[in-house]
Amino acid sequence: MKVLEMNHIKKRFGDLEVLRDISFSVEEGEVVSIIGPSGSGKSTLLRCAVMLEKIDGGAFSYIGEKAAWEKDGSVVYADKKKIKEIKSNFGLVFQSFNLFPHYTVMKNITDAPINVQKRNKSEVMEEALVLLEQMGLSDKADSYPYQLSGGQAQRVAIARALALRPKMVFFDEPTSALDPELTGEVLKVIKSLTEMHMTMVIVTHEMKFAHDISDRMIFMDEGVIVKDCSPEHMFNSDNQRLNAFIGKIEGGY
Amino acid sequence: MSLSIMLEQLGMGMMRSVGLFAWTLILSIPLGLLVSFGRMSKNFLLRNIIKLYIAIMRGTPLMLQLLIIYFGPFYLWHANIGGYRYAALIIGFTLNYAAYFAEIFRSGIQSMPAGQYEAADVLGYGRTQTFIKIILPQVIKRVLPPVTNETITLVKDTSLAYALAYSEMFSLAKQISAAQASFMPLVIAGVFYFVFNYFVQEVMIMIEKKLNYYR
Repeated sequence: MKVLEMNHIKKRFGDLEVLRDISFSVEEGEVVSIIGPSGSGKSTLLRCAVMLEKIDGGAFSYIGEKAAWEKDGSVVYADKKKIKEIKSNFGLVFQSFNLFPHYTVMKNITDAPINVQKRNKSEVMEEALVLLEQMGLSDKADSYPYQLSGGQAQRVAIARALALRPKMVFFDEPTSALDPELTGEVLKVIKSLTEMHMTMVIVTHEMKFAHDISDRMIFMDEGVIVKDCSPEHMFNSDNQRLNAFIGKIEGGY
Repeated sequence: MSLSIMLEQLGMGMMRSVGLFAWTLILSIPLGLLVSFGRMSKNFLLRNIIKLYIAIMRGTPLMLQLLIIYFGPFYLWHANIGGYRYAALIIGFTLNYAAYFAEIFRSGIQSMPAGQYEAADVLGYGRTQTFIKIILPQVIKRVLPPVTNETITLVKDTSLAYALAYSEMFSLAKQISAAQASFMPLVIAGVFYFVFNYFVQEVMIMIEKKLNYYR
């Protein structure tokens, strides 16, 4: 079953074409990494998928439910109620965490399930405690975000996304704001999610990590998908642009 | 006039000053929030009307505004303004302070990082829920210092009610001083204003401390 299907997505900021005709899909349980140089459109693609940006062309759907499509040459989105329903299918983890600073860790995680999804409070709290344990943060339930390290904050953000029981989770460069030491603990948590067969789309610059956990990798450059293949193929390609990029990242300088 | 009678009279005046202060604060803060929404509206007409309103309120003397609001109805429509004095004061102070508060709130709201709205959006919060639960509490913390400034200024500005011959503390102090040829009432009024503001400041510091549980 396809959880996400995007077809011929186009996005423009003024005169700048950021996405030109992007098509890809994500199967249930699949882990897809998106790599590519800065400005290639990776994050924009993610932001279009989670509807923080509106597309200018193309169509996409979650679990067969159309979120946006073209009609008479322009893009229409599903009605408000439908969009709300569709949005409950996915979670997003931001590069900059975006935790709510005035809420404790516990409230950050439980507020949306309780007040948006209207789920039973004690049930949500119990689940949150399990999530916190999974993230290795059982002792941080009553802390405020400013009291956390970057790695801890990002793990709370992951727990917050998971608490809504999404069918899939997007990660937008989840470790780019972290130093190498903290990066490890976040990657470990993401890796543990693959063992639970969580469907994930990860925009990242961590090549080795992407290689290790992904079922598929997508290389983007200048608004198009250059390559969409298995990690093995990605790292043994004869595409010059791709090799130059991977070489630069792995070689460092 | 004995000191105790003087104190008693000025104390009564002070209660009136406190009344003006309290009504203005209670009304101008919510109004200021509404005005700030209008100022940030996507609607061109609304946004510019609000801009003009703020420009007038900030660009002309409050004393003049009070006089126009009080005497305007009489000169324009020969309306009977007999029992209108107190209402005119509250309307004048509120309209003026709402303009200042609106700009403070606007700066607070616009200083919120986009990531907070985006996180709320992805988590499924609606627009109203996002504003009330996520944005407003953080805005309140951010705008507290400038709001304290305005509040302290308001305490002193209540003395402008003198322009409409409303016998609050300043008017009374001046009257008694003239009648008794004494400097004392003015000094006492000064002390009263200072104590009033000291109290206001301490309350605001307390609220600020209370909101210090997060950064």
